[in-house]
Amino acid sequence: MTTIEAIRLAIRAVAANKLRSGLTVLGIMIGVAAVILLVAVGNGSSKAVQQSIAQLGSDTVTITSGAPRPGGARIQNTSLTMGLIDALSNRDAAPDIKNVSPVVTSSQVARFEGVEHTIGQFIGTTPSYLPAVNDAVARGSSFTDDDVKERRRVVLLGATAASKLFGSTDPLGKQVGVGGATFAVVGILAEKGGTSFSDPNDMAIAPITAVQETVTGYGPLNQLLVQAVTADRVSAAQSQAQAILSEKLHITNTASQPFRILSQSQLLAARNDTSRTFTVLLGTVAALSLLVGGIGITNIMMVTVAERTREIGIRKALGAPKRTLLTQFLTEAAVLSLIGGLLGVIAALMGSQFTILGVHPEVMPSSIALALGVSVAIGLFFGSYPASRAAGLRPIDALRYE
Amino acid sequence: MSTPEPPVIQVHDLVKTYGEGATQVKALCGVDLIVRRGEYVAIMGVSGSGKTTLMNILGCLDSQTSGRYILDGVDVTTLDDRQLARVRNRHIGFVFQTFSLIPRTTVLANVELPLAYAGMKAAERRRRARAALATVGLADRVDCEPNELSGGQQQRVAVARALVTAPTLVLADEPTGNLDTASSDEVLEVIDELNELGRTIVLITHDERVAQHAQRLIELADGKVIADEPIRPLPTGGYGGRHRPRTNSDTEAVSA
Repeated sequence: MTTIEAIRLAIRAVAANKLRSGLTVLGIMIGVAAVILLVAVGNGSSKAVQQSIAQLGSDTVTITSGAPRPGGARIQNTSLTMGLIDALSNRDAAPDIKNVSPVVTSSQVARFEGVEHTIGQFIGTTPSYLPAVNDAVARGSSFTDDDVKERRRVVLLGATAASKLFGSTDPLGKQVGVGGATFAVVGILAEKGGTSFSDPNDMAIAPITAVQETVTGYGPLNQLLVQAVTADRVSAAQSQAQAILSEKLHITNTASQPFRILSQSQLLAARNDTSRTFTVLLGTVAALSLLVGGIGITNIMMVTVAERTREIGIRKALGAPKRTLLTQFLTEAAVLSLIGGLLGVIAALMGSQFTILGVHPEVMPSSIALALGVSVAIGLFFGSYPASRAAGLRPIDALRYE
Repeated sequence: MSTPEPPVIQVHDLVKTYGEGATQVKALCGVDLIVRRGEYVAIMGVSGSGKTTLMNILGCLDSQTSGRYILDGVDVTTLDDRQLARVRNRHIGFVFQTFSLIPRTTVLANVELPLAYAGMKAAERRRRARAALATVGLADRVDCEPNELSGGQQQRVAVARALVTAPTLVLADEPTGNLDTASSDEVLEVIDELNELGRTIVLITHDERVAQHAQRLIELADGKVIADEPIRPLPTGGYGGRHRPRTNSDTEAVSA
């Protein structure tokens, strides 16, 4: 009996009991689809993290406030302030720092002629911020250091923010209301590609002075973005920034300093770790559902063998060797799980077209191959017990079975 | 038969017991039997006489407790599972009481099955299966599935499957047990024909009229052979047995 015949026979047997086979296939399908899709979600989120970090540029160091606070009263004011910028920009103390951009970020409601839109990131900063984060102005022009100094209320809009507020109208030169003040739109930022947890184009950038005056107030800064002179001087710039901040903020114990200072590569590594954990966790949950599907195969093959005991007896009487019967039932189990696997791949590919948990899933080709291989292996593994039971029956017992 | 080749069946002091100790049942207690090539033997006996047990052992489906069984010159007690499967495949053709066709599988595929297990190529297999089906008069039903056929037709397919490998021995266990008279005649006629072509046939039955088709009658009672003699015609007429005038086509046979 050839392999093709065995497969044809198995397909016929599977098709003979459509509902039962269908339910078993469904179990495997859900398992396989879950594995592929959840791994794709994990993969997609890690890609998104990588992209959003890459957008910041590889030559920057981010200093973020609000890290571990030691117990007890704080004597020193340890928040990030504009005053630190001059210290960090000191050429002698920090020869590898090219420039420092202060950042205040908040989410703000913007208004234009009755249209309201909540801009995800309303950023107040200095013009040096744009090249540091690889942002470019697509139309119009950026604001200048002069605008910062004069607290001019001008704003650069991201592509999403612009289209949400203005629709088809040209936003350049229009006045946008933000938090009781009005800002003139001077430029539109180039669209940023990539997937992220939040839309990277739903943002606006304005001079920090104007933002503090009208929107956020003169509180501490959210971030200081330090750009190194070149990409390979980043770690030097980082340690110089660390030294200056420690001195200025009177830090003695670097383990509990009130800010985090991270280069892009460190940020990348930290977030990659997180997303890897996320992927493994999701994959494990999905693998469990695949296991449950496999148990379903054992179950249904047991029923099949019991139901066809007489048929097995006849086949044995006709001289079917043990091997042939074993192959027949194993093939049947493998066909069941392979159909489930293929349908699972299709379901996963369809599912990956949608955004799941705010992440655009990225299906890894290797995960498809793996899931298909695993599904066949599951069929063989979980089918082997019922199949060997069928093959091992004594012909006389099988024939007598009612 | 004075040929030098060995008898098809040589059974000596065959014993089969079921169970252990106090509940032990002796199904066969010392059966001796020789069946020669080309013979047509009927084994008769009431239920519990051990005839099915004998048939299972003769068919290598079950093994005896003690005694010797030599099939076509080979002592089957020395064979392992795989070799027994091969013996069943090459040397024995079965016809069971209940229709033993594989469901949802065409008539042709059913008849091909033993050849497939023997490892024959598909084209040759198909040719032989068609020839066997033509022998039993079902050449036009090759693509049917078993449930589309009548009981008699199904049993004739089973006969075709039994003869397709050209086995040394055809074992028929109550082949007409579940059939009405007309269908029984159809099936028995086909089996008679097989014997005329030289096949060795062992027919197990409890119906005297069916046994009339054979040349030799062996009677079993309580696991022992109590009679072994040539067939004597039944005293009452009306049933012509195998000497009834043969009809040319199947349909006539059914209406006969």
